[in-house]
Amino acid sequence: MPERAPDFVYTVFIAADQETVWNGLLDRELTKAYWGHYNESDWKQGSRWEHVRSDGSDTVDITGKVIEMDPPNRMVFSWTSPKNAHDPDQESRVTIELIALGPDTRLTVTHSDLIAGSDMEKGVTQGWPAVISNLKTLLETGKTLREDDWPKA
Amino acid sequence: MSDVFRALADESRRSLLDALFARNGQSLSEMAENMPMSRQAVAKHLAILESANLVSTAWRGREKLHYLNPVPIGEIVRRWVGKFEDARVDALTDFKEQMETSKEKRRA
Repeated sequence: MPERAPDFVYTVFIAADQETVWNGLLDRELTKAYWGHYNESDWKQGSRWEHVRSDGSDTVDITGKVIEMDPPNRMVFSWTSPKNAHDPDQESRVTIELIALGPDTRLTVTHSDLIAGSDMEKGVTQGWPAVISNLKTLLETGKTLREDDWPKA
Repeated sequence: MSDVFRALADESRRSLLDALFARNGQSLSEMAENMPMSRQAVAKHLAILESANLVSTAWRGREKLHYLNPVPIGEIVRRWVGKFEDARVDALTDFKEQMETSKEKRRA
C-alpha cells in the first residue's frame, strides 16, 4: 500500500505480448525510436539508472535508483533531475506495471511524489502520455509518431 | 476508438472528466459529493469511462482512486491534427478562450 496517493496514472492497451512490451521499455534501440532516450542501468535493486538522450550527446536528463524489479511484471524506480539529485525532497517515484490480457498487454505508468506546479510535474504530465502512446504505435505497427509531436524530457 | 467517443458523448461523463482534470485521484465518494447525480449514477459513468480507458484507477488501501487518462484523447488528436497545424490550433484555442473570458468580464 503506497503511503501517498499517486499523482498521475496513465494506462495504455498494447496489442503485443507482455515480454515484448517489457523488452520495449528496456531495449536501447527501441527506446531510442519512441522515447528519444535510452535507460542505462544494470537494473538490479538499489542500482542507479539514468535516462540518457539518444541524440549522441549522452546528456543525462533524469536519474534515480532502481527500487523494485520484477520482470516482466513490475518495475519501480525513483526519478529526479540530475541537478537535484542531492535533494531527496525533489525525488519522485515511477511504477510501471504490465498485465497480460490474452495476447495483449495493459501498461500502467504511475507517477507519485511530484511537487505540484513544478517544471518536473509539467514535463512528466506532458511526457508520459506521449511516450506510452508512441511505444504502443511502435510495437503494434513498427512505426513511431513524428518525433516533434511529443515534448522532450 | 468508438467506445471513447461513446463515453465522451455524455455531458455527465464529460463533467466527471472535468472534475478529475481539476483534481486528479478522487474516490467515488469524493466525486459523488460534488456532482448533481446519485452515487450509483456516478459509479456507472465512471465504469463506462474506465472501460473506454479515459479513466485509470489506483488503489490506496481499500479506496479506489480515479485518474484522468489522456492517452486515448491524445491518439484522437494525433490522428487528425497535422504536423504544422498544432501551433495554429493552439493559437486559435487561446484566442477563443481570451475572447470568451473577456466577454464574461464585460458581463460581470
